[in-house]
Parts: sequence; C-alpha cells; structure tokens
Amino acid sequence: MSKVGKRVQIRTRPPEERRRDFNEVELTLEPEEAMKEASRDIKYCVAPCTRGCPVGVEVPKFLKLTAEGNFKEAYLTLIQRTPVPSITGRVCQQEVQCEGSCVLRRAGEPIAVGAVERFVGDWALENNIEVPVSAEKKHKRVAVVGSGPAGIVVASDLARLGYDVTMFEAYHVPGGVLAYGIPEFRLPKRILNKEFDRLRSLGVDIQLGVVVGTTYTLKELLQDYNAVFLGVGAGRPMFLNVPGENYAGIYTANEFLTRVNLMKAYMFPEYDTPIHLGKRVAVIGAGNTAMDAARSALRLGSEVYIVYRRGRQEMTARAVEIEHAEEEGVKFMFWAAPAEFLSSDGTNVSAIRIMKLKPGEPDRSGRPRPVPTGETFDFEVDTVITAIGFYPNPLIPSHTPELKVDEKGRVVVDMEGRTSIPGVYAGGDIVTGESTVIEAMGWGRRVARAIDHDLSLKG
Amino acid sequence: MPAEREVLLNEELAQDIYKMVVYSPRIARAARAGQFILLMVEDRGERVPMTLVDWDKERGTIEMAYQAVGATTVKMSMMKPGERLYYLAGPLGQPSRVKLFGRVVIVGGGVGIPAIYPIARELKRLGNYVVSIIGARTSTLITYEDRIREVSDEVHITTDDGSRGLKGYTVDALKRLLDSGERFDAAWAVGPALMMKSISEAAAGRIPVSYSSLNSLMVCGVGMCGACRITVGGQIKLTCVDGPEFDSYSISWNELAIRLRTYRKEEMISLETMRSVGRV
Repeated sequence: MSKVGKRVQIRTRPPEERRRDFNEVELTLEPEEAMKEASRDIKYCVAPCTRGCPVGVEVPKFLKLTAEGNFKEAYLTLIQRTPVPSITGRVCQQEVQCEGSCVLRRAGEPIAVGAVERFVGDWALENNIEVPVSAEKKHKRVAVVGSGPAGIVVASDLARLGYDVTMFEAYHVPGGVLAYGIPEFRLPKRILNKEFDRLRSLGVDIQLGVVVGTTYTLKELLQDYNAVFLGVGAGRPMFLNVPGENYAGIYTANEFLTRVNLMKAYMFPEYDTPIHLGKRVAVIGAGNTAMDAARSALRLGSEVYIVYRRGRQEMTARAVEIEHAEEEGVKFMFWAAPAEFLSSDGTNVSAIRIMKLKPGEPDRSGRPRPVPTGETFDFEVDTVITAIGFYPNPLIPSHTPELKVDEKGRVVVDMEGRTSIPGVYAGGDIVTGESTVIEAMGWGRRVARAIDHDLSLKG
Repeated sequence: MPAEREVLLNEELAQDIYKMVVYSPRIARAARAGQFILLMVEDRGERVPMTLVDWDKERGTIEMAYQAVGATTVKMSMMKPGERLYYLAGPLGQPSRVKLFGRVVIVGGGVGIPAIYPIARELKRLGNYVVSIIGARTSTLITYEDRIREVSDEVHITTDDGSRGLKGYTVDALKRLLDSGERFDAAWAVGPALMMKSISEAAAGRIPVSYSSLNSLMVCGVGMCGACRITVGGQIKLTCVDGPEFDSYSISWNELAIRLRTYRKEEMISLETMRSVGRV
C-alpha cells in the first residue's frame, strides 16, 4: 500500500482571507508536490480515468511523465486531448470524471488528477513551451464562431492540422463563458489570456466584435470558408416569470457575472461599469453559476443567501464549490422559491415573497419534486441574482431559418456535429442545451475530427 | 486606408450633441434602419449601445449621434480623427419593420432626433407619405433638420421654450395634427422614455400601428445578460435582440422607467471620477 500513499493536500487560501478579494482560492501545486502526487499512480491500472474523461486525456501517461519530472512531455501528452490543461485542470468536474472513476478511490483517495494537470498546464505557460504544428498547410479556411470551450478546441485542433482558422467573438475579450462567466478567483484572466496568446501563436486569427447572424450571415461565411463551426453556447437566460421580476436590483447571473468578471465592476469607478449590491443578496438557484454569483457577491461585501427550491443533497453545483461557498460564509435556504418580488419604493426590489416547499414524489431526474406547502413569508433583500439556467443562444438560428433546431432551440446535429446545412457544424451548449466546459470541449474534439475528415475527402 | 474602428469625424452639432463617423466596412455593409451598434472607448470603459444614424457601404463608414452626458460619451466627445474606438460590434438588433403603410408620422425628441433619419429615409423610399415631428428643449438643440427634411414630406418642429416652431412638446404637435383631422397608418417614436410614452398614449386608438425604439440599459447587446429586459405584451423581451423597436401599445412603460433608474447614483460617480482624474 505504500505506493498508494496519501493524496496531496491542495493548498487553499483561508476563507477569512479569500472572501475579501478576487484572487485565486486554490493554489497551483509545487513541482515536488506534483511529482509526488503523480507517482501515486499504480502500475497496472486499466485507466478508467481516461474513459471517464469527455476528451479522453491519457491520464496514466501524463502522470508517469510528471512523476519523472518530465513536465514538457507531460504537457505535450495532455494537449493531445485538452488544448488548455491550465483551464481544464481548474474547472473540470474531476470528482465525477477522471478522479471519480480512479481505482485508488476504493483503495484510499483518488489521485488529484486535476491539480497535477493544472500544475503541468501552468508550468508550460510559464516556460513558453511551444506546441507542435503540422508543417503541411492545408490551404483551407475554417470559421469558428464563438470563442468558448468548444471553439477553443476546434480552433486549436484544426490550426495544428494546418488549416487556416478564423475565430469570431461578439465580445471584446475572447473566451466565452470562461471570460464572462467563471470568476477570477476560480480562473484568473491572466491564464485565459495566455491560452489565447498560445492560440494566436498557432496562427488562429481572432476577430472580436463580430456577431455572426448580423455582422456576417452564415451564408456569407460559407462563401469565404470551407467549413463553419458554431460554438455559440447557451446564452439566453431563463426567467422565473413571477411578478416583480423586473424591479431594479434583480439581475440574471449572466448580467451580474458579466459586469463583475468581464467588465470588472468590482473595481468601479476605476472601471466604468457599475454594479449595485446592497447589504443582503439572494441568489436563486444552486448550480455552479449560482455558486460563482454568490461567492462574487460575497467578495463585494454583501451578506449572501442561496435560495433553492430543493434540499442540500439535490444541489447541482460541484461539491468543492458548495464547500468553498459555505466556508466563505454563503448561507443557504432550502425548499424555498420566489413567488413574487416586492418593492417598497416602487423601483428597487426590497423583499422576496418566498413560497415554502417540501420534498414530494421523485421527478424524472430521480430527485424529489418540490411541492408547495401553501406557506409563504417575506424575506428582505437589497439585490437578487437569478441563476436558474439558460436557453441555447437563439441569435444565429433566428437569422438562419435553414438551420434545423429542435423544440428547445438546440441546433440539430449528427453524432459528429454536422448540422442540416452542408459545411456547417455545431457543438457544445448550442447542441446540448446546457452542460459543462469539458463536455463542450469533447464536442469540439469530435467536430474538429469530422471537419478534417470531410474537408480531406473534398480534396 | 483607415483602420477598422478609426474615428474619421467627430464634431459638435449643438451644445453637447455630437456626430461621430467611424470606419467599419463590415458594419456599414450590413446595417439597416433601426439597428444599433455597441462600442467601448477604452478597455476600462463601459459597453454602450448607440443607434446607427447613417452608413455608407462604398466608403465603409458608419455614423452615430450622441449627447455627451455620461463617462463614456464625454470621453467619446474628446476623441480626435485618427484615434480608434477600443471596441465596436454591430449591427445589432432587429431592423425597423418598415413597409408601405400609406401615411406615417415619425417623432424624434432631443438626442433621438438623428435616430429617426434612417427610419424616415427607408419609409420614404418605400413610398410612404412621411410626416416628421422633431422637438427639443430649445431651437439650438434641433439637429439633423436638413437631412430629415430631405426624406420627409412634412416637418413639424417643437421647442419647450417656444424659441422655434410650436411651443411645447412633440406630443402637442402630434395631438394638433390628429385633432385637425389628419390620419396616419403608422407611427414611430425615438427619444426619451417619457416622450415615447406620451406619443404612444396620444396615438392609442387613433393610429393602428406604433413603434418605439427603446433606450434600455444594456451590457452584452447579444441577448445573453438580460440587463435590457422589458415586459412587452405580458412577455419578457430583450431590447438588444428582440428590439430595440417594440409595439408601443404593448410596452410596459413603467418598467422601462424603473430599470433606467437603476444606476443613477453610479452614473454620477463615474462622471465625477473621470473629471477629477482627467482620465480619457
């Protein structure tokens, strides 16, 4: 058992320190720590981790190389599958993927694959490790629409295969949800920026401020490019559709996070974009976006409540995010849902009329269905952030009637991401509805292969 | 050749009201009446929406008119030709739902006057009889008058102080026309929320179709953040992707007013900070 050893303790900044700033919560492993952790890998493991990974990272191989101190080769192994290990090492749900399927889980504690991956990724960025690119140019142009997780993989894979890739992003910063959604304290912008510098160094042309659908139509792109990939994500926020939802002081998580993360409202007035939070903030929902919003609001100095219509066990956020939120002082209110928003001055929200719920029969997800008890109470708040989900981004479908979408607005594709329009591919949340960063990257990988396959056939 | 986002012209038309021409062939070639752009002056700036007032496909230029009232617009007003905007995206939003209606009245108030020009031009081109009503606080704040005249069959002017045209608001001019027996098949309004609301009330029951171009607060401009949401006909709509023009008779005007008030305090702080630091 000596080889199994004890799992590395990932250094985390103490809650009382980190809850006041936007610096990273978890710290990157030191080289010795990473090597020690990687050497916990057992010899004849059948690598369920690789199968548990949506992009199929060869975990045993990169761990072995890391254990040997060969960080460069470990990195080159990683990027065969994930082009951005410093990002996936931070934001993946390792506990249900690689680490969740690790054989050591039963023998003790799983290997901290995410932490080691992150170390290797950060090491490579710091040491400017070059990514090998195919010497042979394909002389074919591919447009990647959206610069989020799916688009990053498609752009990176195809650029490395020798395609001329142009990436279109509507915002002023590339990264999609990685830029506007995931807070600085989970994924620092300097890491994201470095990954995009690397993408540019592969020859990817990143064009900002382009809204495909209006700046260029899909049809126009097809005239200039041999293939178009749509990775525009799940952008349109869902609303509760209860009275008073449009009072001032009620934000969707997307607006709140965009203001704070992307526009740096936490540095107002040094930055021009304001955010207006009062003493008490209620976040509606308990997914990862809700935790990100709650923890950001906490850092802006508010008292923060998560208000969730189910119980503690049913929360959909990553366990570690819930744990971090709780340590930092986020409070939780379970079996509670807003029935109405109230305003004492007719402008700003001042209270939520909360409907008390109780667990009922299991629903389709297998979780107990929240059932109204008939009881309500008023909960005073200064700000509300709703984090109850998104619809697929409707912008391109609404301007492109030929593009087939299903009843939920998701772009219809085959197993490899081909849409109803020849030459147009899609992947990520625009196809799945709402999923994770790594699932989107998995799509990106499949679609990149399909594009390469299809364009190679065309000669 | 100018660079994308390069400012070609930036001139003061009236006190604090400016016209800016920017080089952006990709927006110029796709622009349609009623649409807008989103811009940032610098990396620390806000994302600010602005109506497209004109565009020239051949020259690759777009034109906006703005009032220097907030941090962003004051910074914009100090930009010189040759400088570049930090960011520019567009065209955004749905184009005006123009067609041959017959007789159309178009109302522009204050800084909304320039924005009616492309809508009037399009309606005129489609064969409508176009009556434009433009109004401002005082005569010197009436802008784009000549160009609006070129694309209108009639132009009526109002000023709050009576220094030109009818003394009163644009809605007074509209009521006068309606009371004198003039009939219209459609109405458009662009301007302050209160003005558009008053036009909508005056037109209700008398003009079958009425659109207002909303000036909601925005952040993303592409339908993702919901900052610009507004209840229209009982449903939550997003001004940036479903609008900016909506059926005036279905808009929840009270809600628009509420949401426009959200950052009043911060807007002042922002302006004060900019002035004290002198950062542009």
